[in-house]
Amino acid sequence: MTVGTVKLKIDNVEVAVPEGTTILEAAKSNGIDIPTLCNLEGLSGYGGCRLCMVEIHGSPKLFAACVTPVGMGMEVITQSDKLREYRKMAIQFILSERTHICAVCVANNACELQKLANDLGVDHVMFEREWTRLPVDSTHDFLVLDRNRCILCTRCLRVCDEIEGVHTLDLKMRGKDAQVIIDLDEDWANSSSCTSCRKCAKVCPVGAIYVESVALEETKDKGIAEFVLSRRNRK
Amino acid sequence: MKLDDLQKIAEHEVDFQRAYKHRINVCCSSGCVPFGALKVLKAFQEAVREFGVEKECKVARTGCVGTCSVGPAVIIDPGDYLYQSVTPEKVREIVRDHIVLGLPVKDMLYHGEAFFKKQRRLVLRNAGKIDPSRIEDYIAMGGYSAIGKCLATMTPQGVIYEVSRSGLRGRGGAGFPTGQKWSLVARTHTTPKYIVANLDEGDPGVFANRTLAEADPHAIIEGMLIAAYAVGAEKGYIYIRAEYPLAIQTLQKAIAQAKGMSLLGDNVLETGFKFDLELRFGAGAFVAGEETAILASVEGRRAMPRPRPPYPANSGLWGKPTLIQNVETLANIPVIIQNGGEWFSKVGTAKCSGTKCFSLTGQINNPGLIEVPMGITLREVVYDIGGGMQDNRPFKAVLVGGPSGGCLPEALLDLPIDYDSLTKVGAIMGSGGIVVIDDQSCMVDTAKFFTDFCVEESCGKCVPCRAGLVKIKETFENITQGTGKLDDIAALDKAGQYIKEASLCGLGQTAPNPVLTTLRYFRDEYVEHIVEKKCRAGKCFRNLKKEEDDAQ
Amino acid sequence: MTSTSKVRVATVWLSGCSGCHMSFLDQDEALIDLAQQIQLVYSPIMDVKVFPENVDVTLIEGAVANEDQEELLKFARERTKILISLGDCAVTGNVPGLRNGITNSADAVLKRAFVETADMNPQIPTDVPTLLPKALPLHEVVKVDFYIPGCPPPADLINWVISRLMRGLPVNMEGRSKFG
Repeated sequence: MTVGTVKLKIDNVEVAVPEGTTILEAAKSNGIDIPTLCNLEGLSGYGGCRLCMVEIHGSPKLFAACVTPVGMGMEVITQSDKLREYRKMAIQFILSERTHICAVCVANNACELQKLANDLGVDHVMFEREWTRLPVDSTHDFLVLDRNRCILCTRCLRVCDEIEGVHTLDLKMRGKDAQVIIDLDEDWANSSSCTSCRKCAKVCPVGAIYVESVALEETKDKGIAEFVLSRRNRK
Repeated sequence: MKLDDLQKIAEHEVDFQRAYKHRINVCCSSGCVPFGALKVLKAFQEAVREFGVEKECKVARTGCVGTCSVGPAVIIDPGDYLYQSVTPEKVREIVRDHIVLGLPVKDMLYHGEAFFKKQRRLVLRNAGKIDPSRIEDYIAMGGYSAIGKCLATMTPQGVIYEVSRSGLRGRGGAGFPTGQKWSLVARTHTTPKYIVANLDEGDPGVFANRTLAEADPHAIIEGMLIAAYAVGAEKGYIYIRAEYPLAIQTLQKAIAQAKGMSLLGDNVLETGFKFDLELRFGAGAFVAGEETAILASVEGRRAMPRPRPPYPANSGLWGKPTLIQNVETLANIPVIIQNGGEWFSKVGTAKCSGTKCFSLTGQINNPGLIEVPMGITLREVVYDIGGGMQDNRPFKAVLVGGPSGGCLPEALLDLPIDYDSLTKVGAIMGSGGIVVIDDQSCMVDTAKFFTDFCVEESCGKCVPCRAGLVKIKETFENITQGTGKLDDIAALDKAGQYIKEASLCGLGQTAPNPVLTTLRYFRDEYVEHIVEKKCRAGKCFRNLKKEEDDAQ
Repeated sequence: MTSTSKVRVATVWLSGCSGCHMSFLDQDEALIDLAQQIQLVYSPIMDVKVFPENVDVTLIEGAVANEDQEELLKFARERTKILISLGDCAVTGNVPGLRNGITNSADAVLKRAFVETADMNPQIPTDVPTLLPKALPLHEVVKVDFYIPGCPPPADLINWVISRLMRGLPVNMEGRSKFG
């Protein structure tokens, strides 16, 4: 089967990409930056954080660039006042739902949420903040899960399932109460499936999963999923 | 069983039923059973024996008549006499006077004739008339003749053509043209293909789909058969809430009967057409009614929606082409095939043909299950069918579309009910819930109530719905407890608009509707709450009152 | 320039570590330029007891954690044209806010600090301002006009915001905010 080429415009720049490419990939390969948070190269698309929302000319709806495939003749707008405002609101909502205190967080200065907030010019949260006291799991030899810092992007779930292939991590509850759990909601130390591969800590965009007593800058590795995939697919 | 046999069964059954002079239909749906419908049924069976009229009286257990507020409801044919609030004690009198003496008991008859006058029953054509546990009853009403007609005389393309021509749109809420959806699935070459019937009705106060399944399960099955034939699917699932035990029971029985008569299975009506059907039980979540969440749940995963595209028509269950339709849509199909798409397109309005079932509730005189032609006005629904406001209280608003619908004021009562006009004013067709609100309700409190529901039901996947709704809820708490600020109104507006536009699935996209419409049509009540700390319905500021009482 | 035409600036220190004030002073030689244009009328680094009237700009560091602070903040708001939240504690609640997740946090923290961990003479202090149930960011109490997040905010960011404001230019924090 041959893969066709799709021509479209992103921010008035004409680009041509293979069929099936997402808008995000198409933008990226042409040097156009769209902010993302839950998305990670090498993992399946999730579409949860809604930061990569773009407008498509002629449609009243907004589209998540990370999961929307390109279409012939599309005119994509990645920057507008509305999108900027909505992206700021997304960050504010995320910051407001759990205890996100940069000053005492292991991820300070290595945090994607913090960086996005700074880049997008979020200077305060217009809503009342929640101060959560969710359980912290530090039973594992060196991995720690702090649910109060979790933004439910599910990168850890996906890397655990899709790349490591063990599906140790999953979600329980729903809505604002949703929490990452280990196996069937057990202590990490008792997990029979966890391989201690650290991939979850490597891809966590914030300080929710981290390796104990190691500087976060050293453990973060956003490229891990793509790296494993590329090695796996090597002939 | 062959096609001709179907005809024979129908004729035989009609003859069999004609042998009875009277038919006593006792509504035994989930609405009437709590009122003691089963006892009434038993009392009728005993009474006809007592009076020695069991040979001429057929006592049948049927589905919903629609007058849910005055259950148990009993219909005696011929003559369509509808008795309301029947108790086992009254049964002897009814049998004696009506059946034996031929004198209907006037003071027990239902007097809200207007309730039925403006209705048009296509989907609920058999509801209250047939015994849902007997496939023969359905066949006698012409049931399964539509699939027979399809198999014998129509090509799949021909079926899709008729459905397209009928102008039928999806009754699940979004109103996507059904014919177009079918041809999308039919056109894909990947096999196998699947059909999923959506019976996961999660809205509070909405019971139309449940009632349909309880009253006429075979209409759903036949609709699925025709759809399967048209798109080339061999396997179907009915995704039903586990909280609907009677509907599940009824459907299970119906499926078993249809299999027994080779209406389902490897060789449907001995034509070589193959279609099998299974039930799948819902995960007890509102969001599980969203089509991509259903797919996840049927596959055995957490019922969370996923972004579209890819649409289920291309990649649905296990990545295969899948047709997902609401059961109400499917129940329309046999009618369309029997009468032709053109006939159907003339019911309702030009852009929205057909009828729509609504669960009519709230402060009105005749709540119940109704089916009305598209284009009927809200005023007709509230005042004619609904019989007007309870105790003649002033009308305040009508919430159309369930917990994520819109609260519309009196000024919009003459709005015709169809997908597009409802969307224009900020409401939705949704799953078909209409709640009529009088002046005893506070609009701020009402919007808060429905927001609370959506907060509970958010799956937690996308930020706007998960975190945004919580913030709306908190703002509401401030306003209704006297700590609201005038800036809150703008914040609600902004957050609501954001959630509506940025959420991943239908739940999030519609969840702010009650907030946005009450802000649009009842803004003065918000201002009153914030500035004067006054709730004209007396629902809010309970904590303040308590403090005052404590102080005294 | 006479002192009357100078911009009247106040700085307030609520529940914070004074790091933001340190950062303010850390503007080095820029402070000298700034001093030409502003008149400091109230600050923890000067001996003025009562928050003055007619203040043009007030920079407030720290979260609102007790009743006295709440009173001072409201007082400052009334007498100020432009009120700025300075630093993460003022903007988010930050470290003082960490107690907010605990039920009855005011009692709990006092007990922890003055009874459970006391080496001698454990007792809850009584002659100090009462703690609020939660340590709040400023904008949850009064209207705030601008925010300079950071723990602490960098000196040059403080300088940038103040000098933009004094020149009447818009303050767009895109790419400049610094949480943490």
